Amino acid sequence: MNKEEKMKELRVFAARIRLETMRIISHFGKGHVGGSMSLADAFAVLYGSIINVDPENPAWEDRDYCVLSKGHAGPVMYATLGLKGFFPVEEAYTLNQNGTDFPSHTDRTKTKGVDLTTGSLGQGISEAAGAALGHKLLNKSNYVYVFVGDGECDEGQVWEAAQFAAHYHLDHMIALVDNNGRQLDGTTDEVMSHPKGIGAKFEAFGWNVIDVKDGNDVEQIYDALTKAKQTNGNPTAIILHTIKGKGATFAEPTGAHSSSPAKEVWDEAVKACEESLAEIEKEASL
Amino acid sequence: MSVKLAWTKNTDPRSNCDAYDDAMLELMDKDQRYIHIDCDLLGCINGKRIKSAHPDRLINAGIAEANAVGVAAGLASTGFIPFVHSFGVFSARRAFDQAFLSAGYSRWPVHILGTDPGVTAGANGATHMPFEDGALYMSVPNAVVLDPCDYAQTYALTKKSAAYPELTYMRMIRKKFKTVYADGTDFEIGKGIVLREGTDVTIIASGIMVNNALEAEELLRKEGISAAVIDMFTWKPLDEELIVEYAKKTGAVVTAENHQAYCGLGSAVANVLAKNCPVPQEFIGIQNLYGQAASQDYLEKVYGLTAEDIAKAAKKAIGRK
Ligand SMILES: Cc1ncc(C[n+]2csc(CCOP(=O)(O)OP(=O)(O)O)c2C)c(N)n1
Repeated sequence: MNKEEKMKELRVFAARIRLETMRIISHFGKGHVGGSMSLADAFAVLYGSIINVDPENPAWEDRDYCVLSKGHAGPVMYATLGLKGFFPVEEAYTLNQNGTDFPSHTDRTKTKGVDLTTGSLGQGISEAAGAALGHKLLNKSNYVYVFVGDGECDEGQVWEAAQFAAHYHLDHMIALVDNNGRQLDGTTDEVMSHPKGIGAKFEAFGWNVIDVKDGNDVEQIYDALTKAKQTNGNPTAIILHTIKGKGATFAEPTGAHSSSPAKEVWDEAVKACEESLAEIEKEASL
Repeated sequence: MSVKLAWTKNTDPRSNCDAYDDAMLELMDKDQRYIHIDCDLLGCINGKRIKSAHPDRLINAGIAEANAVGVAAGLASTGFIPFVHSFGVFSARRAFDQAFLSAGYSRWPVHILGTDPGVTAGANGATHMPFEDGALYMSVPNAVVLDPCDYAQTYALTKKSAAYPELTYMRMIRKKFKTVYADGTDFEIGKGIVLREGTDVTIIASGIMVNNALEAEELLRKEGISAAVIDMFTWKPLDEELIVEYAKKTGAVVTAENHQAYCGLGSAVANVLAKNCPVPQEFIGIQNLYGQAASQDYLEKVYGLTAEDIAKAAKKAIGRK
């Protein structure tokens, strides 16, 4: 498959992930739509073309790890893992319901394909660094991908992990920063700013940094991940400039963190994702 | 202390966190020393109205709880009286070293709010469900630990904390919840409230469990069992006198808490009983388990926190006399 075809395929996968993410949250009626939808394209690229995993054997020891350090975006990971075949995606429609295996925040003890438990912001990136070090000590070449929020970067722990990963030259650790510019109480500029940008911070800590201007464009994400895998000696941070709530009719315009709209609004939003998928599928088959 | 009961099993139309906002706004209007520090969760306690009234004394520290508590201690050293808010899991576990040393040991009046105690965290799930926050703060010498049950109590205890000269920690229900007391009821830190007189057994509860304890009393009364109910909203300093008085009077105790049963209110009460007046005690609370994402009603059932569970435990305690 040439690159152009591959990109078409990834765009379709991203639209499927968006639709399933919305379906998953809509069954509960409330959830972190904003931070889930901003990552649909990055998840599509990672799981559609980069990561080495086996849905039949989630604990395969040669697999790459994926850690969702911003664990509240669980639904986008459940949508991706479901579509990838780790479990029927419909199982994730039980999100947060009594007795579910699909809680708000990703949990390794509950969900197939989740390698490390997160939900307390800042913790996932340290766990990812530990996994990357473990692979290195075992002379293994597994990659560890970790998704970090820009609000999450307020946590000191993120920078403790960053200094650790650089110090131990964990070059098989790739952090994808969801730089959607928003956190819970407002924009990152209002709540807690990064005057020189998050990329400059990672650079100062000794990481390779790749800036992705449109973090919702599969081709730009693909190029960044491909490049990240070629770098030696240091960990890489990919700064994805994304849009919070991307593709969710009610969340994209406001950049809302958590949403609980009325049933009709949910129905409209899911329908919009279905239509968008159909359109992208049509374009892809041209 | 003038107690006005208003328990009708009805849910207060106000969100419980509004009680804090209302009290804090009054404090800040009158006194320049009061300051609120949040950790990117201001929206979760409807705190935007504090922000519009006092933008200069509403500090958002971002998602960085340990730093926020350290900053609070520094602010206290310049004469401010800070309240710091995050979800209970983070206010307790994530900022604990700073709370212990920078605030507690250093003897600064820093007041910490931990929202969504225990099963009230509901769909936010295990990572956001504090069953151990009270235990951590009870381990700090001189700290006050509070577990209020409703709007009136949260409002009054915010004001009492504000005047307290040392570290305080309040487990704060955020959402709408059942009313127990009428607005305007006053409470004293360290003084439990006898809500029902009884002779066969004493139920000692706090927080959301006060409502369940009152319902358990009704169930027991139907079976001819007379249960006293005490709201022990202060876990520390504990009202030892009242515990001993009722243990002597009824000869059996049930403690009921929305927290790990082996390191919270129950064990603190057991400590008092062992030293002064050993009587049979049953422990309602989380039995050495982690949290999970589900509705609060379901969780109360799963973890054995319901009125029926309390009534059953009461009969067991009586049977052990
Ligand atoms: C340690 C910690 N503090 C607070 C929270 C509550 N919380 C969940 S999401 C969130 C905002 C996250 O912002 P960001 O990382 O930018 O995520 P995004 O906007 O991409 O969803 C907050 C404060 C948490 N989960 N963990």
